[in-house]
Amino acid sequence: MASDDLWILGIHMTKFGKHPDLDLVDLASEAVLGALSDGGVEMKDMGVIGAGNLMAANAGIGQQLQKQLGQTGIPVYNVANACATGATALRVACMAVKAGETDMGLAFGVEKLSGAGLLSGGNRKGDSGTWEPSGRYGAVAPVDGRIGTEIMPGVFAQIGMEYGHRYGGTSFELFAKISEKNHSHSTLNPLAAYSKKMSLDEIMGDVMIAYPNTRPMCSANCDGAAAAVVVSGSKLKTLSLEQQRRAVKISASILTTDPWEESCQILPDVNTLTRNAANQAYEQAGLGPSDLDLVELHDCFATAELVHYDNLMLCEVGGAVDFFNSGATWRDGSMPVNVSGGLESKGHPIAATGIANVWEVATHLRGEAGDRQIAGARVGMTHVIGLGSACGVHILEKAA
Amino acid sequence: MAKQIPLVDYLELGDDPHLTANECTACGARFFDRRNACASCGKTEFDRVDVSTKGEVRAFTIVAFAAPGIPVPYVAALVDCGGTSVRANLINVEPDPEHVTLGMSVRLVTEVVGTDDHGTEAIGFGFEPLGG
Repeated sequence: MASDDLWILGIHMTKFGKHPDLDLVDLASEAVLGALSDGGVEMKDMGVIGAGNLMAANAGIGQQLQKQLGQTGIPVYNVANACATGATALRVACMAVKAGETDMGLAFGVEKLSGAGLLSGGNRKGDSGTWEPSGRYGAVAPVDGRIGTEIMPGVFAQIGMEYGHRYGGTSFELFAKISEKNHSHSTLNPLAAYSKKMSLDEIMGDVMIAYPNTRPMCSANCDGAAAAVVVSGSKLKTLSLEQQRRAVKISASILTTDPWEESCQILPDVNTLTRNAANQAYEQAGLGPSDLDLVELHDCFATAELVHYDNLMLCEVGGAVDFFNSGATWRDGSMPVNVSGGLESKGHPIAATGIANVWEVATHLRGEAGDRQIAGARVGMTHVIGLGSACGVHILEKAA
Repeated sequence: MAKQIPLVDYLELGDDPHLTANECTACGARFFDRRNACASCGKTEFDRVDVSTKGEVRAFTIVAFAAPGIPVPYVAALVDCGGTSVRANLINVEPDPEHVTLGMSVRLVTEVVGTDDHGTEAIGFGFEPLGG
């Protein structure tokens, strides 16, 4: 291992689901203590903390955690980057270690989201008694539902439909089949929020939220946390052979935002920044899509998973529909995607997601994924996107 | 006729209602909001330009679940108006996938959003299917 390589030394995720008796710090503590224990290290070994939480982003979750697990005086970076918050926290630890500021860093993400409902567009203020232009559009009244939609299921529905307009082949049934896959995959994942298999009829017949996304085709709001310990290659060489054997190489760690494109401020363009992140990640890792044994990508809605097959270059440009229909992305296919169940079924406690997906891939690379193990997995990719937008991509490799 | 005000300042009312955009004089990028600078090239000068009232539906969704007070279902769409993307509702069309299709041709129409305490009407816009 090269001295300036980055490695995951320890990593952990909590069970995703309803945790009414645990607060944010309880959940974060469980994930962090799990990651430290998994890596055979302690809080005093950490030189930096990247702390992710979105819904209470001004509450200093990093310091709250320190006050329970160890106030060692190290720098804490509390980060919020929409649904890319977890990946951003991990990037912070990676950057600090890469820069040589410390040889070991901690990243965690935690969210309490059970029963949250619509996260955007869930409320609309009433009209005022006097029309008065305000804001950057000079609007005299709230515009959600009057000028398009602000709800995420509707925004991402349009993103999937736009792909269908450009390349053809999409349908309500096609998108529902993607959801069927992920709800099938999660039956093997004991940490998933929802692990009950759902038939295509059940998915298509469920409550419509924003056509073509029915409720089970939307990411599942739930509670959860995940944490990882990042270590430099030079430090890892000084640790035990067992720690070295279980360490997982971070071959690429990338964060991008969206470069301006004609329509990107009208309908979020989740494609360009994802493609850019993937390109940079493949280059940094010296690997290509054909090297991947599994991918955990950001299926915040069934309509989103389809476009990311293309954006991450898992298929030919414009070929995502045929690629899915070939069966490639099922766990027994040529390119298993979201074998954890994905955000639709494993769940999406926002800030935890960008580290929980790394845990999933790392667990397969270590050969410790139990019933859902992808046999012989050596290389995997994780992807998250937060609207606004930010995209995090990591490529992980099994220790040689 | 009641006094009228546009729902947003980029909707121009009158005999020929249409949308206007801030177009960067340097690179031609168009924006509907008040600008500090151009997100594409960083320059700071803009012209106010008219946007075509005819377009093609590039993406849509039929929203069935929304905040209290928002009538559902409604159709939200991305409309390509001669190269300028516009966010809008599709109106005067049945909100179901049999009647709303990708690629359909549409045109801008206005409608009354509501009337305030002073009797002033707020006028919004949407796009309706063009022709038959």
